[in-house]
Amino acid sequence: MNRIVVGAHYGLKDWLVQRVTAVVMALYTLLMIVAVPTAAGGYDGWRALMSHGLIRFASFVFIVCLCYHAWVGVRDIWMDYVKPTAVRLILHALTLLALVGYAGWATQIIWRL
Amino acid sequence: MTRNIQFKIYRYDPDKDAKPYMQDISVEIDATDRKLLDVMVKLKAKDDSIAFRRSCREGVCGSDALNINGKNGLACLTAIDDLPTDKPIVLRPLPGLPVIRDLIVDMTQFFKQYHSIKPYLINNDPPPERERLQSPEDREELNGLYECILCACCSTSCPSFWWNPDKFVGPAGLLAAYRFIADTRDQATSERLDDLDDPYRLFRCHTIMNCVDVCPKGLNPTKAIGKIKDMMVKRAI
Repeated sequence: MNRIVVGAHYGLKDWLVQRVTAVVMALYTLLMIVAVPTAAGGYDGWRALMSHGLIRFASFVFIVCLCYHAWVGVRDIWMDYVKPTAVRLILHALTLLALVGYAGWATQIIWRL
Repeated sequence: MTRNIQFKIYRYDPDKDAKPYMQDISVEIDATDRKLLDVMVKLKAKDDSIAFRRSCREGVCGSDALNINGKNGLACLTAIDDLPTDKPIVLRPLPGLPVIRDLIVDMTQFFKQYHSIKPYLINNDPPPERERLQSPEDREELNGLYECILCACCSTSCPSFWWNPDKFVGPAGLLAAYRFIADTRDQATSERLDDLDDPYRLFRCHTIMNCVDVCPKGLNPTKAIGKIKDMMVKRAI
């Protein structure tokens, strides 16, 4: 049997989340462009900035947004170019696992400061 | 006054040719040959083995869609004077669809996607004695949607349609889908939105707007796709 089946009935949520996360990342980038040069110079200044409660919160939200955004984007690439279902499933899983790992790792690095 | 126009034309006859090739050919044209289609008809008179589709020659039937110098368009609406003549005019079939012969492509996949969106009014009320009426404002909504001639210029210029022609509806189909979603006389809006809420059918569109760039009727499928997404958001949030 080789019928083409579509109708997974999802897509809106990912499309919407990708837009929301893009806005969050843009705002965080602006925040960093303003905050980093205005922080007191040198390592200690940056460390004080990054360990501030609000910045910690914003950085964590940014990392989560980045990973979700990347998940939707990379999944779209696999969906376009990789046709065999088994290979695609493996790639989806690896992408998801890598992004979850990166999110945890990046947060741990930022929050250690 | 006659002048000479050079062409490079994609040629492929599966009965004779092992693979496609580009044919160099030139033709003398008169001042009365205004559109590319006029010149192609002369080319056909010179070499009758060249195959292409054409019918109404005035941008209504959508048969003579081609890839002209790398951009999709209708031969009958493309003025020969608008094409640069310092190098040969390159004619290829619409990209992404199987070639039947020369400039003729197999549109089956394109029409399958069009039919999949149910391109007809769904209204289960008994038909009134005369027509189903709309207010002028409601009718206004359909402008820019109903004029599509299904020439396939847009869908075959869309990379998402190239990669997934069997799953992505494509700009032409989605424009037609919104034409019925926007129609106040249609009663299947929710079912239509359900059908399109799919990572392939609608959400392969990444808004690169090649469709808007090439549409010979000046329509905007990207805007229609955006409005479908808007309606889905309104419905879900």
